[in-house]
Amino acid sequence: MGLIIDIVITGLIGGSTFALLAIGFSLIFGAARIVNLAHTAFYMVAAYCIYVMTQKMGLHPVWGMIIATVLVALLGLISYQLFINPIREHEGAVLIATIALAMVFQEVMSLLFTGTFLSVPALIKGYFVLLGVKVFYQQLITFCAALLVLALLWLVLMKTKLGLALRSTAQDREVANLMGINEARVAMMTMGLSVGLAAFTGAVVVPLTILEPTMWMHPLIMMMAVVVLGGLGSLKGSFIGAYILGFAEALVVFLAPMGSFLKGPVALCIMIVVLLIRPEGLFGVSFEEER
Amino acid sequence: MDLILFYLKKLFSVFKNEVFVLPSRVVVVLFFLFVLLLPVFTRDPYLLRIFILTSIFAIFAASWDLLSGFTGQMNFGHALFFGVGAYSAALLNLHAHIPPWGSIPLGALVAVLAGLVIGIPCLRLRGTYLALTTLAFPIVLMGLVFAFPDFTGGELGISGISRLTTSRVSDYYVVSVVMLGLCTIMWKITDSNTGIIFHAIREDEVAVRAAGVNTTRYKLLAFCLSGFFAGMAGGLYAHFMRIAGPANLEVSMSFTVVIWAIFGGVVTIYGPIGAVFLLFPLLEFLRFWQEFRMLMFAAIVLVILLYMPDGLFPWLRDKIEKECPRCKIRNIALRNTCRVCTAQLDK
Repeated sequence: MGLIIDIVITGLIGGSTFALLAIGFSLIFGAARIVNLAHTAFYMVAAYCIYVMTQKMGLHPVWGMIIATVLVALLGLISYQLFINPIREHEGAVLIATIALAMVFQEVMSLLFTGTFLSVPALIKGYFVLLGVKVFYQQLITFCAALLVLALLWLVLMKTKLGLALRSTAQDREVANLMGINEARVAMMTMGLSVGLAAFTGAVVVPLTILEPTMWMHPLIMMMAVVVLGGLGSLKGSFIGAYILGFAEALVVFLAPMGSFLKGPVALCIMIVVLLIRPEGLFGVSFEEER
Repeated sequence: MDLILFYLKKLFSVFKNEVFVLPSRVVVVLFFLFVLLLPVFTRDPYLLRIFILTSIFAIFAASWDLLSGFTGQMNFGHALFFGVGAYSAALLNLHAHIPPWGSIPLGALVAVLAGLVIGIPCLRLRGTYLALTTLAFPIVLMGLVFAFPDFTGGELGISGISRLTTSRVSDYYVVSVVMLGLCTIMWKITDSNTGIIFHAIREDEVAVRAAGVNTTRYKLLAFCLSGFFAGMAGGLYAHFMRIAGPANLEVSMSFTVVIWAIFGGVVTIYGPIGAVFLLFPLLEFLRFWQEFRMLMFAAIVLVILLYMPDGLFPWLRDKIEKECPRCKIRNIALRNTCRVCTAQLDK
């Protein structure tokens, strides 16, 4: 019984993290066709930001989270303006520009904080016992915050003008432009939103993980697997795909021998199998050929 | 005697009329000379080691260009071929006691099989889907490597592989001659009919299919060819470093090859090779600032991309050469008229 609870909790936490990351990644891909491989690097930067805010400057963790999210979103906008916007039309160049950006962040962080493992204390300490399994309050907070942000994001996308502009740009960039939507500005705002989401993910996840400069690698791969599994540009797909892979990882870690080595491969095998059956992902809208 | 003189004269005229007229061809000749004559000037084992690794990675980067640059099938998991080549060469050498000259090509053939295995399912995908899916394969393989440590050596990898040759200088010559040979073959492939079809698939796959070409077969061929060359690189690497480890399969390995290729300019073959010969030694010499090394590397790549989004070498080539508007033959930028059809070259 305890094992099942463990699996459920780990799966939910992992799934929510991947969902937040994948939706941010999906947004910027949908609206601007940018494959932002530095997405999880922003998540890593946010985690370090919070470490500085709470451990070095002694701010309250909530303030730390808010400031970190805003700062990292700004950082995202600046790097978008400087490095991604000028070469947006060259798909390959954008790919390596974002990888290089991620490497720059990783190196700067390891220069500033060295490679040692750091950790940030939980927002609310303590735990309660559910059927003999310790459930930390922080895990609960992470899960609830993830759902809350996803709900807010849904509201923004469905009910506001910005959301409408974003969705129409995602559907057809040129026609949206013709309809008077400033496509460049939408792309920039989406970048801010998407990086903000990544930073927020970092903020809620950081007490549960260990900080190190290479902590962006594993989430990056899982996030891309989620996005491909769910169908590129489909937010619903990303959401469901994230929980599928989150639970798959949790199941493998707890049940299979050598599980922690196999968690990534198993999740990716699921992705490959799904793609073989449905090449456009679970909920993918097959994009018409780019004009 | 006359025959030798005749060939010498012919060689001279080929050089005069075909090579020295274009700066890019002169650069290629100088590059061949540099690679072949380097040990004459220096026998420093450290320097030779850097250039051996550079040559190996040049094959690797060019093979990525052959697949992803030419057919446009973005492969983010190119480390798979490298790793499969390295591991199978190492296993063949260790268990079947096949010497390097046998185990490296056999390892490359295994990598061709890997190309088929991932090529067949991936043919259904395109664009970003393909890129992100191929990223998964080396990670899956790495998981298997960790899961069966008895056979694959797990985290430590397979060590105790026999040396490529007995000395550093002969290692250098083996690797660099193989590199020059394989890269010339790749260049020739891309110049052939097959290469033109590859390039056409990149530009417009539907049109190529409409022209009656079985694009699936050609894409699979590209996967296999690319797998072969990358596998050769992997086998050479395993025998030179005498270890085949999970590091060969890492994500950063796949990313680095993409960085090299796009930095140098895709759809060229010479671009990725040049980029490796520029960036890999640079990375080694930046060791003086150990902490800033990767940072500098990333910064250089970022800045160069801002100004040359099509890659460094096509940009340079466009600066020193221009194409005749009438007969499409390239001329040195100093000329006012085309060297063949004497048409006016635009400024």
